[in-house]
Amino acid sequence: MLERRIRRVLLRTPGAQAGRSPAPPKAATPPPKAAPIEIAPDDPILVHLRRAHGAVELAKLNLDSPALDAMIANGVALVVPLVSNDQLIGVLSVGPRLSGQQYSTQDRRLLETLTAHATPAVRVGQLVREQQTEVRARGRLEQELEVARLIQQSFLPEQAPELAGWQFAACYRPARAVGGDFYDFIELPRGLIGLVIGDVTDKGVPAAMVMASTRSLVRASAQRLIDPSAVLAQANENLCPDIPQNMFATCFYAVLDPKSGGLRYANAGHNLPLVHSGQETIELRATGMPLGLMPAMRYDEFETTLSLGAQMLLYSDGLVEAHDSAREMFGTRRVIQLLAEARAPQPLINELLLALDRFTGAEHEQEDDITLVCLQHAPARRADVLADFAVASAPGNERAVIRRVVAAVAPLELPATQLERLKTATGEATMNAIEHGNRNDPSLELQIVVAASDAQLVVRITDRGGDRTVPTPQRPNVAAKLAGRESARGWGLFLIEQMVDGIRHEHDAERHTLELQLRLE
Amino acid sequence: MTSTSFEATSTVLADCAVIKLRGDIDGGAREALAAVYDDSGPTGPLRLDFEEVAYINSTGIALIVELLSRARADQRPVAGAGLSEHYREIFQITRLTDFMTILAQRPAPADRQIEHE
Repeated sequence: MLERRIRRVLLRTPGAQAGRSPAPPKAATPPPKAAPIEIAPDDPILVHLRRAHGAVELAKLNLDSPALDAMIANGVALVVPLVSNDQLIGVLSVGPRLSGQQYSTQDRRLLETLTAHATPAVRVGQLVREQQTEVRARGRLEQELEVARLIQQSFLPEQAPELAGWQFAACYRPARAVGGDFYDFIELPRGLIGLVIGDVTDKGVPAAMVMASTRSLVRASAQRLIDPSAVLAQANENLCPDIPQNMFATCFYAVLDPKSGGLRYANAGHNLPLVHSGQETIELRATGMPLGLMPAMRYDEFETTLSLGAQMLLYSDGLVEAHDSAREMFGTRRVIQLLAEARAPQPLINELLLALDRFTGAEHEQEDDITLVCLQHAPARRADVLADFAVASAPGNERAVIRRVVAAVAPLELPATQLERLKTATGEATMNAIEHGNRNDPSLELQIVVAASDAQLVVRITDRGGDRTVPTPQRPNVAAKLAGRESARGWGLFLIEQMVDGIRHEHDAERHTLELQLRLE
Repeated sequence: MTSTSFEATSTVLADCAVIKLRGDIDGGAREALAAVYDDSGPTGPLRLDFEEVAYINSTGIALIVELLSRARADQRPVAGAGLSEHYREIFQITRLTDFMTILAQRPAPADRQIEHE
């Protein structure tokens, strides 16, 4: 390996000197720099020089060596190998003596002494240069991984769907060398939901790019074609012309009807999804070639029903093909067992990852991306009512409402920031209800309901102003207010909207309800 | 239910006038805020100390806007100190921070006081 370091020999010839040769005239110009000579790794001169002891006179060598011929042609007369730890790391080469005489024994000793001193310095220089090259290469690799990660993350859904009667959870855990996993939830006409999971061969930026294209193609096809088999076939047709050679994408695509639990699906070579229902777990089998391999593919399409309580898991091979220290695979059997024991999607994902980490061990570096998407047909759960009370419409009563709401949500242990925002939004909404809804009439009450489900906390404030029009919140113009061009007031609705994750208005002829919504982690 | 009492006092220091705010800044703070601005002198920077303020509602924000408006007319720079994390966020959301500097620390100690409150 070290021989590679001297593949390019820079020659200072002719006229190079050694020993006690007469000094050149002061006005002499430096000898021209000769062109480097490439030495092939199998050139016999390398073996010869490594075994040589001291200076080697090239004219006396009888080797079939292109490098030797090139050096002689360039005027090299003598070389002294630079050997470090029994490895040839370079050569010192000199041309003939200016006097035309042969190099003396003393000249050779001097050159050998010089070489002995120069060798460690040359070796250190080589190591530093190798290290710098390695650092640059590592930097480029890290940069590429970062780009791949960014592409990957920007094409994954920000959140799972929220549908009455259904629970969704998803997780994407990238490996260090990011792969091409993806998943997607697609809103379709008539309330249908498209479910996608896929995996692109290869890693890094190329895989991330193909992942982004595949996801977009499936999404575009899904909007036009409802049948899962047609969606995959169309995506395959569009992907084939552009996908790089030797790359393809596996993809499972299903269309869920949340009302009936009906699920139509097709599969382009992806891991078979699992459905646990009652006492049994089944695999959703459907045949089809991965996307991007060849055009004009047909995909099987089947239909099943996710009954109440049924739980379905989509996963990538990073889960089942993870190895422990004895090279045993995590496998589908463990996944099926955990699926059967799981109560709900998020706990299932947590358990799967925990079991995987225990299986692979703490020191294990994740081999491949892991993507998990789980959904459950759960009975629609009514939110727990935490408080239901009335207050008179008197100015200042908003603080009584804030206190009671804070007490009601105490069991939820909200983060301090979220609690402060809830307090401000509740106060402002109550003030508006008192002033604009009930027109500061103390004989009219406000009704406050606080309720929480697993995912959401809501505070509903109902007044008697069903006939009033609620203005659309707009960002107040502070500069105009400071300049006196606008009233200093008008902050309430804006603040409410900024403090919570969502608001909803309900009207009837008599009542108006403002619902404040906060997502619960 | 009525609002808690609100008090505001001003102290003129060498480099600025400090307005100490105590209680809840809501509609009930209107007169006290107007009066304390009058007491803070005609010129020079103002520093609003929110250290002892626990609640500010939208009416209170409107009152602070009015005070800022007067200060701008008088060409007096305004800074705010002692705001809780939550109200710092609200001052940013409402962009009041575009017109007043938010200081992380409490106002200068009393030994720099040069005039009576």
